[in-house]
Parts: sequence; structure tokens; C-alpha cells
Amino acid sequence: MDALGLLNYALFILILAGIYGLMALGLNVQWGLTGLFNAGIAGFFAIGAYASAILTGPAVAGRVGGFALPVPAGWLAAMALAALLAWPIGRVCLRLRSDYLAIATIGVAEIIRLTIRSEDWLTGGVRGIAGVPRPFGDLPYLTAQLAYLALVLAVVVVAYRMMERQLHSPWGRMMRAIRDNEAAAAAMGKHVERRRLEAFVLGSALMGLAGALFAHLNRSITPDAIDPMIVTFLVWIMLILGGSGNNRGALLGALVIWLIWSLSELATDRLPTEVAIQAKYARMFLIGLALQLVLRFRPDGLLPEARRTRPRTQDHP
Amino acid sequence: MDLYEFINFHLIPGLLLGSIYALGAIGVTLVFGILRFAHLAHGDMLTLGAFLALGVAGLTGLDPWFALPVAMALTAGAALLIDATCYDYLRERPRILTVMASLGVALMVRAVVQMGWGTDPTTYATGIVRPTEYLGWFLLRDRELMTFAAVIVLVAVLEAFLRLTRWGRAMRAMSDNPDLARLCGVDNRQVIRLTWVIVGMLCAAAGFLLGINTEVWAMMGWWALLPIFAAAILGGVGRIDGAVLGGLVIGLAEELSVLVVPAQYKSATAFVILLLVLLFRPRGILKGKVL
Repeated sequence: MDALGLLNYALFILILAGIYGLMALGLNVQWGLTGLFNAGIAGFFAIGAYASAILTGPAVAGRVGGFALPVPAGWLAAMALAALLAWPIGRVCLRLRSDYLAIATIGVAEIIRLTIRSEDWLTGGVRGIAGVPRPFGDLPYLTAQLAYLALVLAVVVVAYRMMERQLHSPWGRMMRAIRDNEAAAAAMGKHVERRRLEAFVLGSALMGLAGALFAHLNRSITPDAIDPMIVTFLVWIMLILGGSGNNRGALLGALVIWLIWSLSELATDRLPTEVAIQAKYARMFLIGLALQLVLRFRPDGLLPEARRTRPRTQDHP
Repeated sequence: MDLYEFINFHLIPGLLLGSIYALGAIGVTLVFGILRFAHLAHGDMLTLGAFLALGVAGLTGLDPWFALPVAMALTAGAALLIDATCYDYLRERPRILTVMASLGVALMVRAVVQMGWGTDPTTYATGIVRPTEYLGWFLLRDRELMTFAAVIVLVAVLEAFLRLTRWGRAMRAMSDNPDLARLCGVDNRQVIRLTWVIVGMLCAAAGFLLGINTEVWAMMGWWALLPIFAAAILGGVGRIDGAVLGGLVIGLAEELSVLVVPAQYKSATAFVILLLVLLFRPRGILKGKVL
């Protein structure tokens, strides 16, 4: 690979790292801050990707489309639809222990996958949706990549700042109180279920936005573009390795894990075909193993959540 | 549609699928009740059991039905190994971490199956088997009769074990109240190991029966996970009879759903039932636990 190709590849990896970082931020609100187990991240991602692709894409015979809305409108719709999907699921499951939410979100992701594959009039079925406009797509390739990277990073920075504000606001304090001792928080008059629902919806909206960024990056979206288990897993490992409860940890984890994941793909692609298929599953095994290892040896992550509790009686200068 | 067609194309397939789901749901409900977490690797353990039976039958040349006991023993061993390496150290930490670990195990088990046997669907036996007509009403293949028989025998043996033996009573005691059980001298760790042995055997049986009536392939268990959980929760978590009832209801609902919705949404039925149960009756039909 020559220098230019290498640069292009590096830019591509960084853009995807940013998109994953956005999902890790979303999961941090759900898991890190609130303790909700969302096992269907890929479903919310897919909803966002398709929503934005349909609303901004060109008209095709036999499929709903041709709205040609501006890209930002597509992104907003992606967030809104992902949130709209999260709301009823949250309403049903958040009264119960998080195990039930895990099962229900697995179900949601499967139903979305099923719908995307079978509803040709809406999603184009297995062919997917092509011709999704890309911001700065008219520029020469390298410049366009750089511009898209800047755009993704800007979105990530805005999301990060907003999440940090939420984290340090009274709302964030309340969420941690609920997570750490639900009964005590409820006894203090906090509306536990509603706060959880807010966190679940907010996190899902970020995942939907990440999906929209992905669809516009590739100018298309197909059912095979994303492997649900792999997307969901990568985001989980990113957050836990980075440090759940810590937004910077989530972003760091996203960068580290995505680099490792893409570089390992680069390595396995060079293997002969018959070994390469085995290697694909070996990599899947390794993500499962990585999760076990992180849970076991580094449960607080690289950047653990800052604990603000100090002994009451002591005075701090 | 006449009654004959309804019985043979909807009712019997529904009950068949339902009895297989029931075996899976018993395993889920045992883990849910005794270890108190949602075991998300359950579906992929089914897959593992099905492929182990395939492997044993292939290696020894045995009839697949005779390979089943060996596969059950092997899957029980795998379940014990997974518990010791992946779940045991999390026992003192919040339970939801074990749920997360089990999702990781699901991915690992599936990857092992895919590395070992590839991803193409296969079967235990080739060739088309014609069903025989019984009493002029019921069309059944031999393997379908065997499936019903196997499920009835397994459930009966399990019920007898849980009701009549010391270890069975210890399992039920721990499901009711682990601390009280420990105070009464029940060794929780032994009971947990015993639970995994039973769950592993049930997984292999359910996977084998699913495979012999459909196909054996890497995603078969993952597809069955949602209906199995729906069955366990519908019946009432922690109840064996509930799991059987829930399994039959879900299996029938899936097979009957094709009468009203497009066939590709068959697998959405279980999910809809699951949400309705969680919304209106989270304890399930037979009043199980709510964790």
C-alpha cells in the first residue's frame, strides 16, 4: 500500500472510530450512568441509518423515497426515530430488572433486522438503499474524507460536551444516585422509572445518529453492512474497557478497540482464503474473550469513573 | 381450511416446536430461578449440543438418537467449564454483569461452532421421510413421535428428580431462598454445579430435537433464544410446569401466526407475546418470580 492509500485508510478508520465513539457515549448514558443493559445497540444504529437514508436519498421506483431532505434533517429524524423506538420498550421493561431489558432489546434488534430484510417497499430489502448523499461528497476523495472526518469529530465533540453537562448537572447526580442505590433514591422522592426512561431514550438517540453518520459515509446502506452481534459487542467492550461512567473513557475505549479491530482485520485479510474464513470466526471468539478478560481484570476500565464521594467529616482545602 | 389441514399443518407442528421450546425454557427457568440471571448464551448452547450430537454420530457411525446421550454429557461438561471460567468469579458482583458475560459466552460458543463445523446448514439424516397416518386424522413422522416421547420422558425424569431426591429438593430450596437454603446446610456451590449439568443436558436435547426436525446450523440456537425466553417468562420464571406450558403456547402461537401475518414475521410472534406478558403479567401465567 502506498503512502496515499495508507493515509486514506487511516482517515477511514478514524471516521469509523468517531462513529463508534458516538455509540459508546450513548451506551455510557444507558449503562455507565444508569445501569441499563442494552443488548440491541445494532438495532437502534440500523433504524438511524435507514431513517436518514430514506429521507435524504433519491427516488427509486417501487420504494418509498425521493424526499431529498437536507442531510441535517435526516440526522434529526434518525435520532427522533431511534428515540421513538426506545420509548415503548423502555416503558415496558424499565419497571423490571435489567435482565428483561437485555432480552427485549435483543428482540428489538432481531425484529428490525427482519423488517429491513423483508419490507422492500420501505428499505429496498436485501439490495438496500444506494445514492445516499454525502456531505462534502463533491470534493476530491482525500479532501472529502478529511472534511467528513472533521464533521464526525465535530458531532462527537458536541455530543461529548452535552453529555458532560448532563453528567455534572443535578440530573446526572440523580442518575448516579439511582444507579447506586435505587431504593434510597426512590425514598428521596426521585422518580426512578422516568429518569431511567429518559436515559434509555437519550442513549438510543445517539446510537441512531451514529447510524445516520455511517449511512452517509458509505453513501448506501444494506442489511449486510452491519453484523448486529459484532457492532453491539464492539461498543460494549469499548465502553467497559474505556471506563463505564466516564465519557472520556468511552471515547478512548472506542479509539483503542476500533484500532485493534481494524488492524486485526488488515492482518487476517492477508491470509489465504481458506484460513481467512476461520480467522473471521476466530476474531469473533476473541471479542467474546476480550469482554470476559475486561470484566475480570479491568472492570473499572482504563479511565475509571471519578468518584466524588469523600468522607463527610473531613474538611478539604 | 378444514379441520384435517388445521390439525396437521398447524396444530401438530406447533405442538412439536412448542415441546422443543419447552425443553429450552426449562433450562432458562432453572438458571433464572436458581442462579438468578438471564442466561443469554442458552440459545448457542443449544447449537453446541446439536453439533456435538452431529459430531459424535459422524465419528462413531451411531444412529443420531444414540449419539444424543453422549452429546448431552459433553454439553453438560461444557456448561460446567463455562460456569467455572466465565460466571463463577462474577457471583459476588452485580448480577447484570453475569448477564453481560453470558452474552459474551454466546458469541464465543457460536464462533467455536462456526470454526469447527462451518456455517452451512446440514442435517442428521438425508432423504425425505413420509409421514404415517394415525387414526385417520394425524400425520406424524417417526422422528416427530420420538421427539414428543423424548420431551415427555425428560420432563418426567426431571420432575421426579426435583421432587423425590435430596439434591432435587436442595435445588428447589435454593430457588426459593438461597440464604435460607445455605443456613439449612445446602451447599450452594454444589447445587449450582448440579444445575449447570442439568441445564447443559437439556440444552443438548433441545438442540438435537430442533436439529432433527429442521436443520442443524450455526444460528439455530440464537433464533430460538427469544421464543425460549418468552416461554419461560410467559409460564412464570422458576416454574418447570410453567416453562412447559409457555413453550407449548409460544410454539402454537408461532405456527398459527402464519394464518394472520406474513410468514417471514413468524419469529416476531414470540417477541410480541414477551412484551405483552412483561406489560400485563410479569409473573407469568403460573405466578413465577419477578427478578
